[in-house]
Amino acid sequence: MRIVVNERVHEVDADPDTPLLYVLADELKLKGPRFGCGLAQCGSCSVLLDGRELRSCVTPLSAVGQGAITTLEGLPRFYAATRKLPTSPDLHPIQQAFIDEQAPQCGYCFNGIAIKAAELLSQKPNPSEVEIRQAMDGHLCRCGTYPRVMKAIRRAAAEMQK
Amino acid sequence: MNFHQTQFARRDLLKGAGALVIGFNSGLFAAATVAHAAPAVRDPKVVNSWIAMNKDNTATIYFGKVELGQGNSTTILQLVAEELDMDIAQLSVAPVDTAHSMNQGATVSSSSIFQAGPQIRSAAAELRQELLRRAVLKLNVAADQLTVANGNVAGGGKTISYGALIGDENEQIPLTGKAAVKDPAKYTIVGKRLKRRDIEAKVKGSYAYMQHATMPGMLHARVVRPRGQGGYGHGPKIIAVDASSIKDLRDVRIVQQGDFLAVVAPRQWDAVRAADKLKVEWELPESLPGTAKLHDKLRGSTTNDTTMLNEGNLAQAAAAHVASGTFHGPYQAHAPFGPSCALADVKADGAIVQCSSQDVFALRDSVAGLLELQKDRVQVQYIEGAGCFGHSCYDDAALAAALISKLVAKPVRVQFMRWDEHGWDNYGPPHVGEVRIGADRDGRLVSYEYHGWHHGWMIEETSDHLATGKPVHELDKGPGSLFVNKFDAGGMYDIPNRLLVNHAVPGLQGYLKGANLRSPMDMHYSFASEQLIDRLARMSNLDPIEFRRRNIKAERWLGVLNAVAKASDWQPAPLSTSPTGGTVVRGRGVALGTHKATLGGALGGAVAEIEVDRSTGTIIVKHIYAALDCGIAINPDVVESQIVGMSVQATSRMLKEAVTFSKTNVTSLDWKSYPTLRFGQHPDVTAIIVTSKDPPLGAGEEVVPAVGAAIANAVYDAIGIQLTEYPMTPERVLAALKS
Repeated sequence: MRIVVNERVHEVDADPDTPLLYVLADELKLKGPRFGCGLAQCGSCSVLLDGRELRSCVTPLSAVGQGAITTLEGLPRFYAATRKLPTSPDLHPIQQAFIDEQAPQCGYCFNGIAIKAAELLSQKPNPSEVEIRQAMDGHLCRCGTYPRVMKAIRRAAAEMQK
Repeated sequence: MNFHQTQFARRDLLKGAGALVIGFNSGLFAAATVAHAAPAVRDPKVVNSWIAMNKDNTATIYFGKVELGQGNSTTILQLVAEELDMDIAQLSVAPVDTAHSMNQGATVSSSSIFQAGPQIRSAAAELRQELLRRAVLKLNVAADQLTVANGNVAGGGKTISYGALIGDENEQIPLTGKAAVKDPAKYTIVGKRLKRRDIEAKVKGSYAYMQHATMPGMLHARVVRPRGQGGYGHGPKIIAVDASSIKDLRDVRIVQQGDFLAVVAPRQWDAVRAADKLKVEWELPESLPGTAKLHDKLRGSTTNDTTMLNEGNLAQAAAAHVASGTFHGPYQAHAPFGPSCALADVKADGAIVQCSSQDVFALRDSVAGLLELQKDRVQVQYIEGAGCFGHSCYDDAALAAALISKLVAKPVRVQFMRWDEHGWDNYGPPHVGEVRIGADRDGRLVSYEYHGWHHGWMIEETSDHLATGKPVHELDKGPGSLFVNKFDAGGMYDIPNRLLVNHAVPGLQGYLKGANLRSPMDMHYSFASEQLIDRLARMSNLDPIEFRRRNIKAERWLGVLNAVAKASDWQPAPLSTSPTGGTVVRGRGVALGTHKATLGGALGGAVAEIEVDRSTGTIIVKHIYAALDCGIAINPDVVESQIVGMSVQATSRMLKEAVTFSKTNVTSLDWKSYPTLRFGQHPDVTAIIVTSKDPPLGAGEEVVPAVGAAIANAVYDAIGIQLTEYPMTPERVLAALKS
């Protein structure tokens, strides 16, 4: 089967019912989407499909079609494309903001958190506190970094307004 | 075996072990450009075993503590850079590996800086002293004329690098412990808010977690167990395995030893499907009391009682006010965000295991025992996984990988599923506390009595137990970190008469597997003790902070208390006996907490501001002000990050988290049946580090009990009722309001 990931076309040899996560992790060796629950409860495996967050652990390969998949590794290019920038930055502003706020601890959940925050900022450039909390509520962090993530999202939004 | 390109020179220890020496290909080291050389010796009395100075003027630290997400792989560099007058860019920490790391014990109880830090610092000071001695001879300049910056020694117009002062690779500089460490007043790197080394790779997606590790030719494995454990020592028995139930999955192989069952397949999805579809008939004994009867069972057990403290004379204490109560705390799960994962390659003459163990040396011994290999034929390497907060299933997964690899004679990757991790965890044990505290007319505490019931921690990993059927044990090393202790139980207050009794419940008689969960047992104690302190403040018609101030002599405890009072702009007022307001009522609460395993060294304090919806029973924690006195903070930003994380985690544990179980097995198996705090309800957190000149202590525990009890006291302030059991769910709040 053929899938489009981070602007590249990949031929993959997998059963159509294989969850997208295992294809991205095992066949394409991507480190962004990762196993967390396999139940779409935590957001560890999140990717963007045509700019919308998707739980790759419960999405069969056959459901993806030729949609554009973006993983954590592809966020800077996704940002460049959505903002029509001539070149891709090293980091999506949300990634830079996570570094500036030193938000992660173990960082394992930050794949999904970065993906969801990037989706939010692409749809709402200046989200309110309530909007951020609502958008992010499907993701959880065991280290308890939520307050620093909230700061980072506001910081990234401000950066993107400039 | 050739799993990764080696970054490490072969060590003598493994001579004859063939190709067992491998290196890491971990993103952790992407930032470090230096080559790692294995130390020539591994002897705690030799400096080179701890720190290897390289000719290119970089140094490698053989730290025995692991990075769990807490930031110790950055802060330890700050400690060493400070002592050696080097830049942290010149330093790196070698990955933790039984083949070359120093055994500094398990990475538990926030001991990296507190316990392991001084060892490393002492080695750095000794190394600096020796290199300066050599510089005096080389440069022919008096010692007091020398200065060091970035690992370059200058004096008399000449400069020489540390790297040019080292001897051959086998040199051994004795660690006498006599070299003077730097005066903290002269610190320039310790105390700086340096950015953590690991974070950029973590947000970019280039960081290689345990779950990303692979070995050539490996098979994917899943363990097959009943969904949710039963009583410890009353494991499930296999009656029948129906191989035909997965016959359409052709590449899958079933692996069994004793009651240990697993499936392996070249493709991960096949292993996942096979574990799900495989029909197994289990014998599951009714070994548990069920969640509702847990605390009655604990309290009614025949216990092994120890008087932990008996000071003064309770009978003669003249109390004008007495507050007493019985308090219950639940089993809680580590529930790491990413379930445990491990790799193993087992050959006839040796084994290599990669895992996220907090104690690779202890695990090496367990693996050797299970595989019936000599310890020196087993190498265990640490790779960071998701934050574990104590003894989650990482060792269980590692032993499963080792066993399966042995049985299939191939490298094996074991990934626990969500229900494996939630269902077969080593839970933080539950607790019953019966507490009675008295105060005199002036609001001074005169008597304090704490009786605590709980079982201990269990040792055997599930994979080992299922495979071998060996008898299980409860940790029996005398009063351990989970016992009722003089630090947690009223230790912050000056109380003349105190009686503390630990009632050890026999853990093999129908309880779940228990182990250390962050700030072990501390929140159970603070929940009981600090609520009664607030009740006495109310009886004394005193503001809760004023009441505490009257009863604290220790300056450091006052410092923590005053820090949260100031940060939260606490306006003194006695607790009202009849709170008013509409459906949604507000409350504020204060509490203190500490942690026995650090000998009550680091101190936590918190103020919680909350809202309670009296129609739904929902508690929302709006803001936590949390203070920590952890001695000198090596990196204040890292400590503040820990304070924020502890505050959020404690809120989650106080409001939401409880393991549930039937008579046969655990039933809280995912994030719905074991809910945790999410973005929608997390508090804002103001983190405060209390300024200190004392040596650094742990910084990852003490805020947990303080915050948990502060929330309970805020509920008391809001609704005028104390809850005697947590988590403080809407059901419990509504029941309390009705009573």
